[in-house]
Amino acid sequence: MSTAVAYGRMEQSFRDKRSAGRKLLVPYITGGLPGWEDALRAAVAAGADAIEIGIPFSDPVMDGPVIQQASQLALDAGATPVSILDQARALDVDVPLAVMCYYNTVHHAGHHRFAEQLVAAGICAAIVPDLPLEESGPWCEAADASDVETVMLAAPTAPDDRLPRVCARARGFVYSVGLLGVTGERSALAATATALARRLKAVTDVPVLVGVGVSNAEQAREAVQVADGVVQGASVVRRLLEGGADAVGEYVAEVRAAIDG
Amino acid sequence: MTLMAEPSATGRFGEFGGRFVPETLVPACQELEEAFREAWADPSFRAEYQAILRDYAGRPSIITECHNLGRQLGIRLVLKREDLNHTGSHKINNVLGQTLLAKRMGKKRIVAETGAGQHGVASATAAALMGLECKVYMGAVDVERQALNVFRMRLLGSEVEAVESGSRTLKDAVNEAMRDWVATVESTHYCLGSVMGPHPYPWMVREFHRVIGDEAREQMHAAYGADPDVVVACVGGGSNAMGIFSGFVDTDARLVGVEPAGGAAVGRGVPGVVHGMRSYLMQDEYGQVQEAHSISAGLDYPGVGPEHSYLASIGRAEYPAVTDAEVIEGFQLLARTEGIIPALECAHALAWISREAPNMQGQTVLMNLSGRGDKDVAQMMEILG
Repeated sequence: MSTAVAYGRMEQSFRDKRSAGRKLLVPYITGGLPGWEDALRAAVAAGADAIEIGIPFSDPVMDGPVIQQASQLALDAGATPVSILDQARALDVDVPLAVMCYYNTVHHAGHHRFAEQLVAAGICAAIVPDLPLEESGPWCEAADASDVETVMLAAPTAPDDRLPRVCARARGFVYSVGLLGVTGERSALAATATALARRLKAVTDVPVLVGVGVSNAEQAREAVQVADGVVQGASVVRRLLEGGADAVGEYVAEVRAAIDG
Repeated sequence: MTLMAEPSATGRFGEFGGRFVPETLVPACQELEEAFREAWADPSFRAEYQAILRDYAGRPSIITECHNLGRQLGIRLVLKREDLNHTGSHKINNVLGQTLLAKRMGKKRIVAETGAGQHGVASATAAALMGLECKVYMGAVDVERQALNVFRMRLLGSEVEAVESGSRTLKDAVNEAMRDWVATVESTHYCLGSVMGPHPYPWMVREFHRVIGDEAREQMHAAYGADPDVVVACVGGGSNAMGIFSGFVDTDARLVGVEPAGGAAVGRGVPGVVHGMRSYLMQDEYGQVQEAHSISAGLDYPGVGPEHSYLASIGRAEYPAVTDAEVIEGFQLLARTEGIIPALECAHALAWISREAPNMQGQTVLMNLSGRGDKDVAQMMEILG
């Protein structure tokens, strides 16, 4: 009998690309924000390896001003988890899609029901930033049963003995939190970003992507010297707010070129 | 199972509580739990805490029987006078405990959220006393309606930031304080102001307020030789109620937590997860947290401490709601009959007592008067013209 592990769609894709020498680029786009679907397609066309779709929440404690503002605009425009998943179903893009949502969205829908809603919408992974390892059991069980990959976050504050446990529970990739703080652009990549990515790479072969505080192409290039890839949040959303889909496409292409170079 | 003892290892009271925080904060919550557990078992910490409650906050607070209002309502009404503490509310009990603990943990800075400003003022006060840097987050709406408390905090040397996000009230102040803490966790202690948030806060804050119930029980026995029939307190997050309930949960007394009609988290009875805890939460059909609306900034909170949810779920405590109009009546009633101006928060408890009095004839009702109304006088002047 073979003991080969069956990875989920996102993790398999990331592992294959990593083996081929490609660094991974995952832009974040706030679902329900006017124009978000065009922006998502533009990001894919510009070389994104997956997209993280933000499901806006009333109380986003891990998000800084840009994503807070985008979330509020989306909510004001009438976006709901159901409307965003309906739109996602019709996207027809060929990269894996993940959602980023706060735990009450999952809890309120019900774990199994939410996992099935994701599957029906063609979403293969979920990132839940306020669900730490100790509380993740019931959701992970439901997600596993529906083949939804749960991306775990690892923080710079984690002691060494915590990281292997977080990585063991991670599916898709490990989200290496780049700094102490919330999402948003910073003038320089924090030293914690590469330090944590290095610690994670030492204990896991699950792809490690740095997110939170990776603010431009240069910082992305710096991060992938250690990590397998980057998540780009506020820098993408700001361009969507200011310049629409074209601005997102141009920016993603710029980051792509920087991390490929 | 003993009620109001320690929560489970995962910080649960029944199915409520827990620790739903970003990974970044998990080690800090674990460290805090360990530090509190160790300090609370240390006689020297207890002695230091008791001394500061006595010599600085002015404890024990007295009880006062309301002869005039009691006669009018046909009950014996006794107030636990937390309004007489230094800074004017019960909040000082918790803040002195947490700042002592923060110093013991080597933290140099605290952050706090505030609604009406009482917890913010208490935090600013304790920070000044203990030589800690302090930043208070307050919803922009509350900054306007509680201008005097904002000035007080600044006078005490704290920085006050008006929070412009979301509903611009207490829940958004909590969000912003948590965001600050995520970024500064290595040097900063989050001095949370109620029996809410991630484990160990609901437990720790209740323990720091237990003194209210312990004193009241002794005082009631000394004065009347018996436990009260009913124990009443207002509930936003629920810290003053937890404090007084803890002294009577093992008696036959009826425990009543009064919520504002526009912020009745327990009353609606739908569990949710926000601010680190699983508890009853006002939310829409998709789990978006709803805005609470109440005349009192201190109760403008869509959630409630998880132990209250537990006491409600097992039927040990009840959580009726009162309207703003009833609260305005209650506020004036105590002022006119007893010469005591209550905080608007506490006027919720008075409103319920006066409504429910026909069903409590001859009974002894103990109410936690958790704060004084000076801060609300300007607002009431506008309302009453």
